[in-house]
Amino acid sequence: MKILNDLGSIIGITLMYSAPLIYTSLGGVLSENAGVVNIGLEGMMTIGAFAGAAVAYFTQNPWLGFIVAGLAGGALALLHAIACVTFTADHVVSGIAINFIGPGLALFLTKMLFDGAAMTLPLDLDHKIPRPLNGIFSSISVSNPVLVKIVNALNSIFNQYATVYIAFILVFAVWFLLYKTKTGLRIRSVGEHPRAADTLGVNVYKIKYLAVILSGILAGLGGAAMSIAVISNYRATLISGQGFIALAAMIFGKWKPQGAMWGCLLFGAAQGLVVHLGGTDLKVSSQLLAMIPYIITLIILMGFVGEARGPAANGEPYEKNQG
Amino acid sequence: MNQNKFIETFISIALGLLVGALVLLISGFNPVEAYGIMFKGVFSNPKYIGWTIIRSTPLILTGISVAFAFRTGLFNIGAEGQFIIGSLVATLVGYFAKLPPIIHPIVAILAGCIAAGLWGGIAGFLKAKFGIHEVITTIMLNWTALYFSNFVVFWKPFKRLNRDASERILDTARINILGKWKASEAGKAFLKNNSFLKDFLNPPINYGFLIAILVAILVWYILKNTTLGYQLRAVGYNRDAAEYGGININRNLIVSMMIAGAISGLAGATQVLGVSRETAVLAAMEGYGFDGIAVALIASNNPIACIPAALLFGGLKYGGSKLQPTIGAPMEVINITIGVIVFFIAMPKLIQMITSLRGKKRGVKVEDTK
Repeated sequence: MKILNDLGSIIGITLMYSAPLIYTSLGGVLSENAGVVNIGLEGMMTIGAFAGAAVAYFTQNPWLGFIVAGLAGGALALLHAIACVTFTADHVVSGIAINFIGPGLALFLTKMLFDGAAMTLPLDLDHKIPRPLNGIFSSISVSNPVLVKIVNALNSIFNQYATVYIAFILVFAVWFLLYKTKTGLRIRSVGEHPRAADTLGVNVYKIKYLAVILSGILAGLGGAAMSIAVISNYRATLISGQGFIALAAMIFGKWKPQGAMWGCLLFGAAQGLVVHLGGTDLKVSSQLLAMIPYIITLIILMGFVGEARGPAANGEPYEKNQG
Repeated sequence: MNQNKFIETFISIALGLLVGALVLLISGFNPVEAYGIMFKGVFSNPKYIGWTIIRSTPLILTGISVAFAFRTGLFNIGAEGQFIIGSLVATLVGYFAKLPPIIHPIVAILAGCIAAGLWGGIAGFLKAKFGIHEVITTIMLNWTALYFSNFVVFWKPFKRLNRDASERILDTARINILGKWKASEAGKAFLKNNSFLKDFLNPPINYGFLIAILVAILVWYILKNTTLGYQLRAVGYNRDAAEYGGININRNLIVSMMIAGAISGLAGATQVLGVSRETAVLAAMEGYGFDGIAVALIASNNPIACIPAALLFGGLKYGGSKLQPTIGAPMEVINITIGVIVFFIAMPKLIQMITSLRGKKRGVKVEDTK
């Protein structure tokens, strides 16, 4: 019955590691469906991770930190929107700039606020994001040994920070927004054919601004889901590359929220497997194990995905008065 | 780079430095003092100039690598991983192969380039064969390269005792300029009387910089004057039109990524043979590839312009590293500055508006920019 235990632990780790990626890749979904390529997710995630950890530390309130993290990501996204939408910048170039500014600013401010240290001071456990369903199954009293194992496994699956549940709620929310509301239809139409949307009276610029800023807010939340839930502070190497992985998950998920979620879960599962195997007495180099998530992602992309096509007008600047 | 582009870049750099100054000012530092320290930190001693060149050399090459791929319509985020593979293989050859001087470094560099070229070619192949976007594959390959390099460094015959790094390359594989002579009696005696050369040669000055300049010219020539370059650029401009014109798209995708990979690998190899002499265990990306992206953008994807762009970048980074010990300002202000420079470079429209505004004020006729 060890397998139940292992499974519970792997699923638990998977959920924990996937959550920050899910926020961020939902951000990517929103922005790119509106036709704005967002390579800057990494930088927005980093500034969110810093802002969340710093505010939570100084106010002792993780939720306030979480919200400010979203705002910080949104502020950086506003820059991206100004460049890409108003000044018809090359989206990739602007995104690269955001990826220098975000992490640079985060570490600069960390050093200013924490006496030159390259990390924020850790939150104590009581002041991290809570785990609402922690031990919820423990109240069930069972005597059957198999059932005890199942309850234990369920406990380790649901022993999650609130940010994990919010991530999955947001997958639904973004899906609903994109496919069931007027705003969502406008976002998608702007990404597919901005001129057609414009002739039908959609304010293309406004919609693009909205989508890009929302995308930054989500990426910022994703960063905080890392810095004030998965671990308890921000440090320079915390986000290294996760924004890009979220971007990859989004392309993997063919620019759809539920698809992006599966991409993140896949990556998280590979990560969970690695963490789990690292804890067993398996004699494999940890460096080789660490390669697994990346290689699995590549193989799956080769076998199952095929040509990925994004929104038709993705990455193209739009100017109203040009035909 | 035409003249307009040059002016745009220049204004972007000025604006970046201005924002950097503002950040310093808001944080309670004197920006004039800070920039003074940086300027002196680069130019006040031949030793510092030497270090700036050494810091810039890998960035010239990763910049060219990214620029080359951009010109052919590909976004090479994978320069980082290709750099890692290039340095790893160069270290392996530099340590295990027993070869005479001159031949040894050439073999090590070629091996590093070929390995990194193949590594880059994987991304081209996956794009050509399976249609997977090169941004995803190169990101995944970067991390795979990092852990693979660590794995090899931990290999017993290769790892140095009690150090998180590989063995050092043999002296025959080094590419330092006048390295032996510097340490010899005659050299020491000569340098005693020539303080400029003594200071300049104090850092590990090596042939990497010269190699980088040669590569810049070579890549510029290939892109501009050869059939291969013409085909690659055609694919970059308009893939469908190129295919209609009889160009083999898939082959060009793979070749382009292989060349870009080889150039990044060369950056890694020269860094090992000329400066670090070893491959260290990496906890995170070192950033040579990502910095290369910024260099390529500042250089408008022109291989030759990558040289001054990388020198600017390397100078800012090296000068910026002196801020913390002197006035306590975090050197990350440099990353912010570089980010802002790239940000303005992304918006030629804004820069044109600024310049045309100034033109109007002076009553000069402004030509329509569109």
